[in-house]
Amino acid sequence: MAISRDEVLHVARLARLELTDDEVEKFTEQLSAILEAVAKVSELDLSDVEPTAHPLDIVNVWADDEPRPSLQAEEALANAPDRHDGFFKVPPA
Amino acid sequence: MSVETLRLKAEEASRLVESGEASAAELHAAYLAAIEERDGELNSYLRTVPEADGAGVPIAFKDVISSRGVETTAGSKILSGYVPVFDSTVAARCREAGLPLIGKTNMDEFAMGSSTENSAFGPTRNPWDPERVPGGSSGGSAAAVAAGLAPWALGSDTGGSVKQPASLCGIVGLRPTYGTVSRYGIVAFASSLDQIGPMTKTVRDNALLYRIVAGKDPNDTTTVDVPPVEIPEAEDLKGLRVGVPRELNEAEGIEPGVKQAVDRTIELCRELGAEVGETSLPRSVEYGLACYYLVAPAEASSNLARYDGVRYGLRVDGANVREMYEKTRDAGFGDEPKRRIMLGAYALSAGYYEAYYGQAQKVRTVIAREHAAAFESFDVLVSPTSPTVAFKIGEKAENPLAMYLSDVLTIPSNMAGLPGLSIPCGLSDGLPVGFQLIGPQFSENTLFRTGHALEQTIGFDYVPERLR
Repeated sequence: MAISRDEVLHVARLARLELTDDEVEKFTEQLSAILEAVAKVSELDLSDVEPTAHPLDIVNVWADDEPRPSLQAEEALANAPDRHDGFFKVPPA
Repeated sequence: MSVETLRLKAEEASRLVESGEASAAELHAAYLAAIEERDGELNSYLRTVPEADGAGVPIAFKDVISSRGVETTAGSKILSGYVPVFDSTVAARCREAGLPLIGKTNMDEFAMGSSTENSAFGPTRNPWDPERVPGGSSGGSAAAVAAGLAPWALGSDTGGSVKQPASLCGIVGLRPTYGTVSRYGIVAFASSLDQIGPMTKTVRDNALLYRIVAGKDPNDTTTVDVPPVEIPEAEDLKGLRVGVPRELNEAEGIEPGVKQAVDRTIELCRELGAEVGETSLPRSVEYGLACYYLVAPAEASSNLARYDGVRYGLRVDGANVREMYEKTRDAGFGDEPKRRIMLGAYALSAGYYEAYYGQAQKVRTVIAREHAAAFESFDVLVSPTSPTVAFKIGEKAENPLAMYLSDVLTIPSNMAGLPGLSIPCGLSDGLPVGFQLIGPQFSENTLFRTGHALEQTIGFDYVPERLR
């Protein structure tokens, strides 16, 4: 196994996913197979190669700091599952 | 007048509207009637828009494209009921061009998949054979255009999600150069790879739609100025240098029928006046898939963190906020997004970052350099778009790795931000075969010119045989 059951549970916690026992078992097997396949990238010695994060040769784009129209509070809240007094409402932390 | 939509090209539909032979409302109604008649079987649309809003040729959007006032789910339960309060830039551009929205098309959840079977709302079927997949993730848009349920449509392409379904459904699909079409208002999957692309019956229609949606957008700082789009007319390929990358044309898993149709088309390039030569992309093809399945899930794990049950979409209640997040995300995401979120989170986690994600980013540099070297000798590179014709529904559903191989020929050029066009080039066992044309960045006009000349000579009938 390229990834253990405990590692799957750890990653699920990092990603805020509550998995069922069946899911943990299935994903452990599938992620192991996928990780074995993608580990192929380590065959290459690329110590002198620069990484690419972005396919175009462009640099930061700056915008003038000027106010412009944006969403109204009512629009921003329109899809909220729960709200209170113009705020998104969530369960207690 | 009553309009028969099955064979209607967008360019012809535009002529009907301009000459007054049909109104935009009549066209829109004709497509809704065709959907009523044929989409019960295909499931290419998730929802339709009852009234035409605009005076031009109607269009369908993959459900990853936000359109003000129309539910947008990205094929996921976690976005069920989400109604955008703003237009994406591409939706706004189509609105300004007067193109009424017919509806939103089905897709693999969050554009993760190659068959449209990963949709939370049931699979789409291939109009050429309903037992088979339309490809994916833009399978709904591809099936709708192929079955005459939309004159043209927009899809999105991260690893091949426009090119591959276009190939499997016998239509034309463009994945544009990264940065030429705005991603503002598009449900994000992997931001350094995602691009919106036109899906059409002909290459000219494709260029016409690309001209509408492409261009720099202040709301997407990764967009750039785009050279003026030329609608192709030339019928020969004189002066064009066509490169045939060995590894893309001899990859394991390419079906003999696909190889034959593609080889015939390469021969046709020569007959039309192109210079054809062999070239090589050794590491791009061998390491492309592994590179993609590290970079794309890493970006996805970050992008999909926003689905937390707070601002929009599904919420499953929990005793505290953390429990609410976890229950919402477990109930809302299907298996493929969960796999990719975990794969990405793992590849980015402490102790693994350099070996996986960091190394994949370096492989990406190698892939870009290899392509740049090939373009020193050639104007376009050609290959099959997909190693296979449309496969059976369920055939690869339980084996994620086998499904991932569907994109082995589209992924390398995507990693380098290059444009790619898929055109139908023939049939194998009665199913369409796609021919992939790859060019340097911003070479869309060359791809359109080449694709158009080939299309005129091939004479592929884009109406599925069983619907003629």
